[in-house]
Formats: sequence, structure tokens, C-alpha cells
Amino acid sequence: MSEFASPTLRLSAEQHARIVAHCLVGLPDEACGMLAGPVVEPGAPRIEPTGEITEVYPCVNADASARTYTVESRDLLRAMRDAEANGVELVGVWHSHTHTDAYPSDTDVRQAVEPGWLYVLVSLKHAEPVVRAYRIREGATEEVDVVVA
Amino acid sequence: MAVDVKLPTLLRVHADGAASVAADGATIGAVFTDLTTRFPGLAGNLIDDEGNLHKFVNVYRDDDDIRYLDGLDTPVDDGDVISILPAVAGG
Repeated sequence: MSEFASPTLRLSAEQHARIVAHCLVGLPDEACGMLAGPVVEPGAPRIEPTGEITEVYPCVNADASARTYTVESRDLLRAMRDAEANGVELVGVWHSHTHTDAYPSDTDVRQAVEPGWLYVLVSLKHAEPVVRAYRIREGATEEVDVVVA
Repeated sequence: MAVDVKLPTLLRVHADGAASVAADGATIGAVFTDLTTRFPGLAGNLIDDEGNLHKFVNVYRDDDDIRYLDGLDTPVDDGDVISILPAVAGG
């Protein structure tokens, strides 16, 4: 697998619904959460998600803001422990854009911490929420496919 | 004191790929000194230029955020689990 592999993010209908519901409940603020799932090579120094998601963790937006989000660290700790207990890794983060498209903002790109993660954006700009996913590496953004089944 | 330090995925590359590392020290700061002596690549990710906890990481001693204890001076006991978490944020 190449360093810049683009896994397809695979969400169950229930996981997709939980993500969207948490984003809607969070209005007018941005909402956020974490994703756990298997990696291609467990134990490798750098993670590469397979794209399968085993758990979705709705988290508190510590910023309580309509413009920014910070995953509450206690929620992140809980997600990290649960993933470890289940033999998987945290493989991504999701958050909503309340009035803009499902595309990473400059702030999202600048603050992206983990090149292995899938960065999922949920746009609530239109009546029907839009969910899209990206890799963000060294300032570059690359969209990956999202399959809900 | 012997503690177990859990590393987030992004820092494991600096620690031979380990998800958790055993370390020694009487305080969080001493544990970090032990860690960064053995894994120099971790240094700039944990402590800033002024010697303070880096603003892009959160550190928990078991269930407690050390920012609300004594920061890097927070004491540790044998068997404590120290979790290092990235600040996950955006706009």
C-alpha cells in the first residue's frame, strides 16, 4: 500500500445516522466526534486505516462555537481507551460545518494533527446534510470516497 | 516510580512504533525527561521552548487532566497510566 493510499470510508447506515444526528443536535454550534477502526498493518509506526469503521464516538465541542471545534480531551481519552480495548485504533475525526460546504477549512488543514486519519466533514448548509471525507497531509487535502451501506 | 505512558498514533513513529512505553520518574516532568532521553524525537512534541507542556497536547494521569493538577510537577505513583492526547481541533 502506498504512503498516500486513499481508503474508502465505509460507514454503516446507523453510524452515518449517529454522526448526522449529533451534528444536528449540536446546532447552532459545530459538533465533533471520533472514529475507530482497523488499520492495514497493526503495530506499524504510522497508521493507515482500512476505511472500515467499528465505532463512532460523538464528543463535546470544547469550544462551544459555531466557527471552531476542539474535541473535549476527556471524550478523546474515553474513545482512545475504548478503541484500545477493542483492538482497533482511532482512525479519524468528524465535525460539522454549519453554514459552509463539506470541505476542510484553512483552519482544518492547518490544525490537522494526524496524517493517517480520515477527516470527515458534515455540511449542514442545506436541508439535506452532506458527508464527505479527506486525508490532510502537510497542507495538502485529498478527498476519499464515502460509502454508506 | 514506574508508569505506563500511552502514546497517540502520531507520536509512535518517534518511539519505535510503540503504543505504550514504560517510563520512570516521580513527576510527569521527570517521566517526560526519561522518555525524551530515550526517544529524542518526542521532545519537541511534549514540551515547548519555554519548558512548559506543549499547547497541542493534553496529558492525563489516569482519569485526571494534569493541567488541573500541578502540570508537569504532578506527582505519579507506581502503576499510574499516563495518557498523551493530541489536541484535535479545527474550524
